[in-house]
Formats: sequence, structure tokens, C-alpha cells
Amino acid sequence: MPLYYNDDQTMLADSASQFMAEEGAIKKQLRHWRDTDCKDGFGHELWKQFGEMGFTGILVSEADGGLGMGHVEAGIVMEEIGRNLTPSPFLTSSVLAASVLGQASDDLRGRYLPGLLTGDSVFAVAIDEGAKHRPERIKTRAEKSGNGFKLSGKKDFVIHGASADMIIVAARTSGSEGDTDGITLFAVPKDASGLSQDAVRLVDSSIATHMVLEGVELDGDAVIGEVDGGRDILNRMLNAGRIGAAAEGAGVARGAMDMTIDYLKQRKQFGKLIGEFQALQHRASHLYSEVEISRAAVIKAQQLLDGDAPSAELMVSVAKAKVGRTANLAVREGVQMHGGIGMTDEYDIGLYMKRDRALAEFLGDANYHAERVAQLSGY
Amino acid sequence: MADTAMTELETFRAETRAWLEANCPEEMRGPIRDEEDVYWGGRNAKFKNDAQKSWFEACVAKGYTVPAWPKPYGGAGLAAGEAKVLREEMSRISARPPLSSFGIWMLGPALLKFGTEEQKVHFLGEIARGEIRWCQGYSEPGSGSDLVSMQTFGEDKGDHWVVNGQKVWTSYADEADWIFCLVRTDKSNKYQGITFMLFDMTTPGVSTKPILLISGNSPFCETFFDDVKVPKDQLVGEINRGWDVAKYLLGHEREMISGAGGGDRTSAIGAAMLRNAGELDPMLRAELAMFDVDALAYGAMGEKFLDEIKVGKGHPAQPNMMKYVGTELNKRRHELFMSAGGSSALEWDSEETDGGKPSRGWLRTKANSIEGGTSEVMLNVIAKRILDLPGA
Repeated sequence: MPLYYNDDQTMLADSASQFMAEEGAIKKQLRHWRDTDCKDGFGHELWKQFGEMGFTGILVSEADGGLGMGHVEAGIVMEEIGRNLTPSPFLTSSVLAASVLGQASDDLRGRYLPGLLTGDSVFAVAIDEGAKHRPERIKTRAEKSGNGFKLSGKKDFVIHGASADMIIVAARTSGSEGDTDGITLFAVPKDASGLSQDAVRLVDSSIATHMVLEGVELDGDAVIGEVDGGRDILNRMLNAGRIGAAAEGAGVARGAMDMTIDYLKQRKQFGKLIGEFQALQHRASHLYSEVEISRAAVIKAQQLLDGDAPSAELMVSVAKAKVGRTANLAVREGVQMHGGIGMTDEYDIGLYMKRDRALAEFLGDANYHAERVAQLSGY
Repeated sequence: MADTAMTELETFRAETRAWLEANCPEEMRGPIRDEEDVYWGGRNAKFKNDAQKSWFEACVAKGYTVPAWPKPYGGAGLAAGEAKVLREEMSRISARPPLSSFGIWMLGPALLKFGTEEQKVHFLGEIARGEIRWCQGYSEPGSGSDLVSMQTFGEDKGDHWVVNGQKVWTSYADEADWIFCLVRTDKSNKYQGITFMLFDMTTPGVSTKPILLISGNSPFCETFFDDVKVPKDQLVGEINRGWDVAKYLLGHEREMISGAGGGDRTSAIGAAMLRNAGELDPMLRAELAMFDVDALAYGAMGEKFLDEIKVGKGHPAQPNMMKYVGTELNKRRHELFMSAGGSSALEWDSEETDGGKPSRGWLRTKANSIEGGTSEVMLNVIAKRILDLPGA
């Protein structure tokens, strides 16, 4: 398959681009919700518009009422979200949760998918325990209890946890910390007894929670996928989320770069446009190269995932690591090349810097994924 | 529609696989180990062994030395999708290129675009059959990055030019049969005063002198022209419009140097370093991991770049970006080879290192970001043509 968008994908990209630039613009969404101290950190109206556009169901099968598309298409929406810094539960709900809900029981699919498709429901995922992403060391336990399970443990960095109707929790049903097997995914309703969350605002104005599960009782049908066989389904969800986050990161990098290059063409010092200075031109050209390569890594990984290729997992980590470093470069160069104005809250470039920092951490930073590339390559 | 096309491609893949199985000898599969493993063709070419000869001849007969060129010019006339399948299938069995040549990579594309029908049939056919080995006369002692300042002059003598001057960094000039060469034919016009000429290296007045490099090898030469007679019909494009041909060809040269077509420059190296060294320092391992991220991402970019070229997508100045990143990456790769190799990689002519391969190879890569346009020139071009920055 060639590494560029086909006609349908190009049409989707055009409409997502236009929609996000208008409805998802920084002033209309990110700044608005930040400055009104919104407890969700995003707008529910916009989320419903995502539903009307069909974005919410991109990864949901046609049998379940979705569009039955793949990661390339989900990534198209993610990249536009990144360019416009549009706050929304798309990554946690329509990418992470949707990537595994298709494998859930009829009952769970019937309960959760309709609300996702219309943009009435919001989902979150609870994976991390502690400040760094270490899914191979999950300690949260799910003990057999009657014909169901009882969950106990602590989770951190649960993005949109406070706004979510349902949270997918990764917990250990057998084995001990570090074992590759024995992980199971559970759909935990927001009002489950024993579930408590402490919401915190992050640097990018998104809202995450610290979550405590104290003997949360769930029916057996809350399980998504197989009991104990959860490492496969967890990986499926992680791959989807990581490549989604990488696509968003590529959008953040592009947004920051475009803004910066525009600025180089407007700002005058020493009687010249600063874009005439070779010292800045070379840095801008280097940044452009890195952004292009990052986007290529992202679409390659998306296509491999959509084709269920064995090498998909490696390429997802390549993409997440590459984008992590590139987006970081883009926002650092962005603020520096803007000079003093780049340090002001009034100017948007700083918002890109904040979003990049949070996004880079989500589902593993560049170091984590470079380490994974080494391991998956056999060293 | 799409399904039919897909089925046809799969049929082509099966046929290609069977053809390769029958025609690519076992010895021609696997990485290139030394200079003799590369077959350059030309009047004085010698095959290393029968396997190399039979693989080359099978490919010539099938048009597979230049698979995407039209059949009348010695190619196989493969469509973009088919050419990609052939590349994938050859890479699957690590088949070596049957023929390497500047004719294929550089002159060929320029002739396909600017040549007359007669030139295409004649010169492209010779290139495809590996009969003539070409070299490139571009740089001069006073004209490196500022190539257009070149002074080698062709004096108009009616039906021919008399060429005088000197070229430098002429790759393999001492082994080449013909040269494609930039010659000034109008001293009053900088850009529109250059003609793109072709001539035989055995023409009286042509002499070459190898240059000893820091690697201890001499792949490049100085080339001198002393009253060299070149007939007026041995030019590509129009008189005084050779700069257009030169620029177009430089795009292909940059693409070639970038390693965009895949191969070594886009593959991960960490696992091989561990196998060679037995163990890796933690800091070196981390550097290797970061390198592999960059190399594999660049590999995806190379694939995307080629896919886009075929359908006319992508920015026309993109080869400059590919060249910049690909060459910087290759230098980094060889720095890591040297680190992983430790003191054994320092040996200059020992048998164990096959005559100092690690150190000579490492030194050779330093030219990657200079030849065919320096990294700094590439960044200038990106700033001007892609980013549209002022005054660039």
C-alpha cells in the first residue's frame, strides 16, 4: 500500500481539517475552557459535533453502527486535533476504548457503543500506576469474587477520568508484578462503589485523576476480551492509543512549526525580516525535515496496524519515539524563535509547548519507546 | 477496480518470485562484502565469478538492470506498482543489484527527460546492457558548493567545441569510458552559459589523476581537458541550457546519496552491534536505540518519498531533504560502528578487518554530507524552495 492518503482518506482529511480549524480552534475551545475553569477541560457540545461528523465511530465496526475504518483514518482526525490543540475525549474514547470495545460482550457493546457514536458518552483508560508509564508492572489486582471480580489498587494519569461514564481498568487477575500474562481489562462504570477519583489540572489544562479502587465489585461480564489473556488485548489498546497519540503529536509539531515559520516571515529586526537570517533558516529547515520524517513513521505504523502486520508493534514505538523528539524540538524552537513574545500567555506558541509535554508523557515517552525498539529488535 | 489491480500485482509478485528463484544464484544473495561484489559494467569490466555474470546477463535479458525504463531503451517497462513489487521481492532474498552505474542513477534520468529519441535508444541501451561506464564532470577546484561559477570552457569551432579546463572529485574517472560534463559555452551568462556535453574519455587531451583521500583510497580523480574536441551533436538539451539538465540530474544524485531506495542506510543496527560486540555499554545501547528510531523512521520516509514521486505528489525539492537527513544519518551510523568496534575497529590494514574496512568506511562517510551538495546547501534549498523563507 502506498504511503499516502487514498481519495477517501484525502476527503476525510479535508473535512477534518476544516472542521477542526473552525470548531476546534484554540480560542473557541482550549482557551475558552481553560479560562472558564471547566471541570472537564473540554466541551461536550464539540464532542457531540464529533459524533455528527462520524469521527467518534471511525474505529467502531459497521455492524456496531460505526464507520469500520482503521488507524490511518483515526490518525487523520488526531493530527488535526494536534494542529489546533483541540481538547476532546477522542483519543481516550474513540481510539483507546473503541479499539477494544469491539471485542467485548454483546451486552457491553450495547451498553457503551451507542453513547460513544453520538458523542454523549466519554470513556477513559486507567493503565499507569505511578508517574511513569510502566504497563509491564501493573499491580492493581482483580480477585475472583462470586461470579465476578473485586478490584483493588491505585491508578494515575487517568485522562478524562473525572468526566468519563466508564473507565477501562487494566488489572492483574493472576501472576505477579512483571509477569507478561495475567492482565485483564475491565469496564468500570463511573458510579461503581469503591471507586474514587481525585482530579488534577495538568500543565496543558487537561484534567486527569488519581484513582483509587477499594474492593470495586464487578460482574463477570465487565471483562473486555479474555480473562488472564489480557496482555494481548492490552497491547491492542496500547498500540492504538500510542499511534493515536503519535499522530496527534505530529499535528502539534506541524502546528508549532507552521506558526513559527509564519512568524519568521513577519518579524523584523536589524531592518530585516528575521527569516532572512541563515542561522534561523537552517534550524527551520532541519525542523521541517524532522517533521516530515515523523509523519512518514506515523503513517507507516498506522498501515501496518491496519494490516495486522507482525512488525506493527515495533513501528508504533518507532513512531511514538520519533514524534516525541520531533514535537519537543518543534515547540522548543518555536518559543525560542518567537523570542520574548513566545513567553507570553497571549501568544499561542506556549500552548503548543504545554500540550506537547503532556502528550509526550502519555502512553510512554521517547525514552520508553526507544528502549522498546531496542528490546523488540533483540538487544 | 482496485481489487483487480491488486490481483494483477499479486500475480506479478508470484511470477517475479519464481523468476528470481530460477535466475538469481545463491552467491548473489546477501550483503555486498567488498568492491568486487559490485558490478559496474563498462569496456574493461570483469566479472568476479560466474554467478555474478549469469545474474547480470539474466537481468539484462529481462530488462531488470533498469526495470522502470521503457522497453525500447533496455528496460522492462514496469509500472510503479510492479517496480515496487520487484524491489520488495529482491530485498526479500537480499538479491544484489545486477549492475551499479552512474548511467542508471544519474545520466539515465536526465536523458529520459532531455534526450532526443536517438540518444535514448543509443545511450540508454548501452547503459542498460552495462556496455559503457559513465563518470560525472561537475565540480572544479574553484567551484564546489558554488557550482555555477565553473570555468571549464568549450570554444566554438563550428561543428565542434574545443574544451579546456579541469574537473575534480570525478568519481572513478580512471575507470570510466565516457563522461557527462558541464562546460561553459558563454562567459557572459552565468546560468544560461553552460552546455551539458557527453564525450569519450579516450578522446585525445583527456587525462585523469586519482586523489588519495583520508580513507587511504582513491575513488575520486582530478580530470584534465587539454584541447579536447567534442562534436556539436554530443550535448543533452540545448546549447547554453545545460544548467537545467544539471539541476535535474542533481536531484537524482541527491536521491541516490540519500539512500532513499532502502538498503543499509534505512535499517536498524543495534542487534548486529550486540552480536558483534557480545555486550553493549548501557550508554552506547541507548545511543543505538535512538539511532534505530531515527533510521527506521527515515526508512518509512524513503518509502513514502518514492511512493509520492511515482504519482507526482510530494514537494519537488524533497530530494534535498532526503539527502540532508540520509547522509547525516549515515555518518552517525559509522560513528556508532566505530564506538561499538572499539580498538579492533582502528586497525588499518589487518586481515581481521579485511584491510581496515571499519575505519576506512567510517572516513569515507564524511564525504556523504559534502558530495552532491553539502548539508548546509541542502538546508538553504529547503529554506528557499519549501519553506519559502525571505531572502533565502
